[in-house]
Amino acid sequence: MTRMPESVDVVIVGGGPAGLSAAAELKRLGIGSVLVLERDREAGGVPRFCGHSPYGLREFRRPMFGPSYARALEQRARQAGADIRTSATVTSLRSGPCLTVSTDDGLSEVRARAVLISTGVRETPRAARLIGGTKPGGVMVTGALQSLVYGTRMRPFRRPIILGTELVSFSAILTCLHAGIRPVAMVEPSDRIIARHPADLLPKGLRVPLHLSSDVAEIHGSAQVDGAILTTADGPVALETDGVVVTGKFRPESALARLAGLAIDPGTGGPRVDECGRCSMPGVYAAGNLLRPVETAGWCWAEGRAVARAIASDLNAAARGGGGAISIAGGPLKYVMPQRLSGDARRAFDKLQLRVNRPARGRLSLLVDGREVSGRAISALPERRILLPLPPEGCDAQVVFEEGT
Amino acid sequence: MHQQDNGKAETFDVAVIGAGVVGCAIARTYALAGARVVMLEKAADILDGASKGNSAILHTGFDAPPGSVEAACVTAGYREYLEIREKLGLPVMRTGALVIAWTEEQEAILPDLIAQAHANGVTDVEMLSREDTLRREPGLAPSLRASFRVPGEFIIDPWSAPLAYLGQAMAHGAELRRSCKVLGGDFGGTHWDLKLSDGSVRAGLVINAAGLYGDDVDLALIGRRDFTVRPRKGQFVVFDKSAAALAGHILLPVPTKITKGIVVCPTAYGNLLVGPTAEDQTEKDVADLVPDTLAALRARGEEILPGLKDHDVTAIYAGLRPATEEKDYRIRHHADQNYVTVGGIRSTGLTSALGTASYVFGLTEQTGFHYDPPESVHWPTVRNISEAQQRDWERPGNGGVVCQCELVTRREIESALEGPLAARSLAGLKRRTRVTMGRCQGFHCTARLAEMTEGHFAVPMAEATGHD
Repeated sequence: MTRMPESVDVVIVGGGPAGLSAAAELKRLGIGSVLVLERDREAGGVPRFCGHSPYGLREFRRPMFGPSYARALEQRARQAGADIRTSATVTSLRSGPCLTVSTDDGLSEVRARAVLISTGVRETPRAARLIGGTKPGGVMVTGALQSLVYGTRMRPFRRPIILGTELVSFSAILTCLHAGIRPVAMVEPSDRIIARHPADLLPKGLRVPLHLSSDVAEIHGSAQVDGAILTTADGPVALETDGVVVTGKFRPESALARLAGLAIDPGTGGPRVDECGRCSMPGVYAAGNLLRPVETAGWCWAEGRAVARAIASDLNAAARGGGGAISIAGGPLKYVMPQRLSGDARRAFDKLQLRVNRPARGRLSLLVDGREVSGRAISALPERRILLPLPPEGCDAQVVFEEGT
Repeated sequence: MHQQDNGKAETFDVAVIGAGVVGCAIARTYALAGARVVMLEKAADILDGASKGNSAILHTGFDAPPGSVEAACVTAGYREYLEIREKLGLPVMRTGALVIAWTEEQEAILPDLIAQAHANGVTDVEMLSREDTLRREPGLAPSLRASFRVPGEFIIDPWSAPLAYLGQAMAHGAELRRSCKVLGGDFGGTHWDLKLSDGSVRAGLVINAAGLYGDDVDLALIGRRDFTVRPRKGQFVVFDKSAAALAGHILLPVPTKITKGIVVCPTAYGNLLVGPTAEDQTEKDVADLVPDTLAALRARGEEILPGLKDHDVTAIYAGLRPATEEKDYRIRHHADQNYVTVGGIRSTGLTSALGTASYVFGLTEQTGFHYDPPESVHWPTVRNISEAQQRDWERPGNGGVVCQCELVTRREIESALEGPLAARSLAGLKRRTRVTMGRCQGFHCTARLAEMTEGHFAVPMAEATGHD
């Protein structure tokens, strides 16, 4: 491998859909040197391990499988002239901006005029969910299962429980079936399947027993899982199983952003940004699912491209100051993104992105000085994005969800 | 393979039963003295019992009962660790501890605790007002009343220390036998013949460091036991590295008679840990995690450091401490039977291990156990996995980072899978390298690990399927 450059125009941390589309766009806009640092052995991000579902309709105008979509994104960025380095882990980010990178060669320091962080999301694992019992092998998130099955052609169990009913949970079931694994149950804490139709037909079609209003309370086994206790509406139920796939509940992979001291939004769990994707540290931007859990690859790809345009325009002219903060007011609202406006004409985000943390109906309003500037009646579900127009420049705004009909 | 061809058992000077931190330190002390040592461990890997669930504090012993065996071993172990650690490559984080009073009653006890610290020879403790405490630890909840600071309480790496002790013992000829359970034995007046699950050995001296199973081993070998192990479970939650900035000190509560209480402290790996609970158990081989207790630990952590509410829990674990009917260590030399029981070693075992080993050696030396010390002492260093010293990812030729959360390199993993102390399970590999111990718990590295460990583990991480 050639030496890590000491200084570049833009460093992109994370070579998934957002990072790769940003890299291609920055090169297209004439930015001199664009360096993508990917910690895995190959670029492409999560789609590399999704051997199903349509990818690429927006980006390549044809339906593609995850792995070929990921390869196409990488190829496009390389062809545009981006320098993509794999097995390169960014271990710190400091103002400058300046990065420390670990590779097989040891440490390197890279200085950049701008840094884009696009480190994506990860699922919430067993430990963070405080699931009880013992700690045998065979408990993993969907991402680990998929990289085992599609990456190394191995299976860690034969009859696991799938915890969760998000889209990714059904992806976990398909991954299981692909490797000859037969899930014994799908377990969902809420009283309905989270993924939207028609994914909800899958358990029945595949004859995987579905347990709603239930949870995995305890996992048992010594070397390998040998059973689990579910809490259900009818009391505890013991299940024989040899694995647990803990799926979904995505959260931004924000460790680098946090350790760098960037302002973190408690709602999204990612860095706070303005409408151009600017973080609280000068010269540092964020795009893709790091901004909020969780959007499709296509959405992240579009976001990467949009933030790249904002970066390119900032590199050519000083950013304007001023602008206002955007906040949410309690109720079912989980987050808003972006969290502030800088009053730029060249925006990466032309809408506010919102989510609720539980199903809710009512009126969603955008208030400036207590006056509604836009709003509508809404019926919201936690897994669906909600969009609102950006508030006018130069003033603080608040999004309010008034429940009722 | 350990049996000699003529069917006679191999002969050793000393057989140590149990490869926990105490056993590893004892094996080291006897091996450095020139004894031929065999270490017998029933589990597939070392450190699989009580040693796998502690809070990794190097205790000064300020709160030990003055005059106890525990106090003596802690003091000696603390001193020796700091003396030898650099030669073995072991880290220390000089954090200091704050003992914090949250109620009026607790505040009233602080002077007694300070007097106890003085009685234990820990004289550099300093009383801090509420304001001084908050100045030193601004992340603490302002409802605290007062504290005192124990500057000498440090954080160490609980995995590397025993590995280093055993590694040094092995460099001096000690032999490790894993998956090797002691089934029984006969003392023939000068030596023991131990019956093992995979053969037998002969040893001049037997040291029972079987931890949770110490009473069972006594019963099996000398036909009686001086104490009964009453396992006490401790559950822990570990917070992500971003939370580590919330506290610089080890934050201790005012202890009770039963337990040191729930501690919030940095770890050698740059995390923040909350625990342990103290729950009496009947079973020795299961340490269940209980969701409500874990949630309560998290909540207690947030009461102490309110900033924790914005941070993720990255790991949960539970351990069992081999408590007995009495608080003090239960070390007994059965001189007429060439046999020593080293039991009842609880929270302070990591600190005291080296001191305990010297104490035990002193007991047997008095009854005539002498060996020929080696001409020179080897100091094999261990791989550093703590944040206190340079890590492999900072050096060239590391093979690239495999575990992204804990920054574990390919070279570190490969080296932990090789040699006489090679990891034989994922748990063993975690303890040697910290793979999968971080915030993603294996989201990124599980597949690569399954590939890299193929053929190394007794129970493989996954099986090949042959699918497309």
